[in-house]
Amino acid sequence: MAAFLQFTFSGLTVGAVYALVAVGFTLIYNASDVVNFAQGEFVMLGGMVTIFLGYAGIPVPLAAVFAVFITTMVGLALYRFGIAPARDASAVTLIIITIGASIFLRGIAEIIFDKRFHSLPALFGSDPIRIGGASILPQTVIVLASALLIVCLLWAFIGRTLYGKAVVATSSNRMAATLVGINTRTIVGACFAISAAIGAIAGVLVTPITLTSYNVGTLLALKGFAAIMLGGIGSAMGAVVGGVLLGLFEAFAAGYLSASYKDAVAFVVILAVLFAMPQGLFGKRMVERV
Amino acid sequence: MMQKIAIAALLIGLAVSGTAGSATAQVKVGAVLSASGPASFLGDPERKTLDLYVEDINRQGGVNGQKLQLVIYDDGGDANAARTFATRLVEEDKVAAMVGGTTTGTTLAMIPVFEDAQIPFISLAGAVQIIEPVRKWVFKTPHTDRMACEKIFDDLKRRKLTTVALISGTDAFGKSMRDQCVAVAPKAGITIAYEETYGPADSDMTPQLTKIKAATGIQAVVCAGFGQGPAIVTRNYRQLGIEYPLYQSHGVASKQFVGLAGAAANGVRLPAAALLVANKLPDSDRQKPVVVGYQNTFETKTGQSVSTFGGHAYDGLMILVEAAKRAGGFDSGKLRDEIERTKTYVGTGGVVTMSPSDHLGLDLSAFRLLEIKDGDWIMIPDSAS
Repeated sequence: MAAFLQFTFSGLTVGAVYALVAVGFTLIYNASDVVNFAQGEFVMLGGMVTIFLGYAGIPVPLAAVFAVFITTMVGLALYRFGIAPARDASAVTLIIITIGASIFLRGIAEIIFDKRFHSLPALFGSDPIRIGGASILPQTVIVLASALLIVCLLWAFIGRTLYGKAVVATSSNRMAATLVGINTRTIVGACFAISAAIGAIAGVLVTPITLTSYNVGTLLALKGFAAIMLGGIGSAMGAVVGGVLLGLFEAFAAGYLSASYKDAVAFVVILAVLFAMPQGLFGKRMVERV
Repeated sequence: MMQKIAIAALLIGLAVSGTAGSATAQVKVGAVLSASGPASFLGDPERKTLDLYVEDINRQGGVNGQKLQLVIYDDGGDANAARTFATRLVEEDKVAAMVGGTTTGTTLAMIPVFEDAQIPFISLAGAVQIIEPVRKWVFKTPHTDRMACEKIFDDLKRRKLTTVALISGTDAFGKSMRDQCVAVAPKAGITIAYEETYGPADSDMTPQLTKIKAATGIQAVVCAGFGQGPAIVTRNYRQLGIEYPLYQSHGVASKQFVGLAGAAANGVRLPAAALLVANKLPDSDRQKPVVVGYQNTFETKTGQSVSTFGGHAYDGLMILVEAAKRAGGFDSGKLRDEIERTKTYVGTGGVVTMSPSDHLGLDLSAFRLLEIKDGDWIMIPDSAS
């Protein structure tokens, strides 16, 4: 029983990371139909910039705030120089542009930072909390709580504010939104910025657990993508549930089958979802009316 | 107008290539290192060491009057990339010798290239398979994984802990060390009762360690791997509250491991070269002047703490240079013969004496057993436990 509980806690730890990456993906997808594969790089930048500002002498909390701000600017720049100029291109072209941006950001990070692994001090120390013979890190609880908080804030923003309604309008039908007087370029740009901020916050919170390096972004983006496929592309709650479920599947596969198959789990999940339930757990069924 | 510009460019080009021709007195030495990726805390100090000492050697006039030109490629820990770079070193750069191959995986991939080209290759990786069976053109400086197992098992026996669990990385070094430990365990009186593995780039080993914690009869845990994996194993080990002693291999012999593992590293024991405890060695120790000298130079010039990996690169370069001095040049055949004739070379890893059947030249006494305490290394003398 203790082993099962421990696997659950391990799964929740990595699942929380995937959940935050997935939420970032969802926001941009909802606004612009673009799957932003540079989302993993935003997480990497959040952690790495905080660490290096910390080395430069800035206290860690302030460094974290700067890191989130800088990553938000990077997200805006990605939209302004990468996506906006290609405005009428197909979704596939835009996705390829984001893949190119992710490679570019990774290269820049390699040069500006270094190629080693780095860590940050945990917020409430690294003494684990013991429950029923298993242990969970306080940092994991913080990451999970933050994921929930961010989703609630996003839901409130989308549902209750005027700008949120504008995002919904833009995602339903961009032409109609423009006709009604919504500046769709600003809205999509804002979504990129918010996604980048969410990614950076995830990076700062998760680095004390998983360590970070210039190339952690790629695999994170792939697993975040598997999470949104599982949860249903376009649903924020689906993103969180998908991320946590993916983390749990990985931990149980590592615990009960073999640790070597851990990374394969995400890709098996994508295949299974596409075969059995393409809209995911919470996604809307795509229906074309003729 | 365009014609005049074209002629001017051609003349400048010829002039520049003319002056470049005078650099033919330089000898090229190749190095394919894993300065980035999961093995970066091995490859990065190796790179810095080679840069530092080649510059130093050149400043003092070079080897037999010839200056050395270091050609370094970063394979990122990928064996395929390493092999491509090795081919480039041999065919395009036409190097006289190679000091490199940070990891077992990259070294094994590159060996056929250098054997075919008949160019001496001094490897900086751990597995015993690199020099066993002995290959004519391949040598190595780090202690082998088999020696690490033997040193760890010696200490375990002294502490009367005979039933152990083994957790190893699935990379070439981790696998090789696991195989060596399984092979030497019966002779050493140790029983490996339980085994787990992890991927070298994994960020969470709690599932495997949970299973080890649940297994009965285990008295100690040995971790075979290098790079960031063992650091995460160590963090997770303490996080799960596992009480048995934890042993690591010499693949973590760097302050970076201590930094990444944090307070979890306290009490971890590992076999390592004397370099890590340079200042704590008795003055009568033969290695002391060499290790203290290297440590001071490296730490002053790079601002980073010394690691045994940089030390192995230093040994590799110096063995090459000494051999070249004895051979009177960098002719491949003579160079190789002189490397094989290295006798009582006092290096950071130990005192090296090679032979046609031994392309490493170190024995078990070259390894010291260390324990990590409060972010620093302390020596465990051979007679204590």
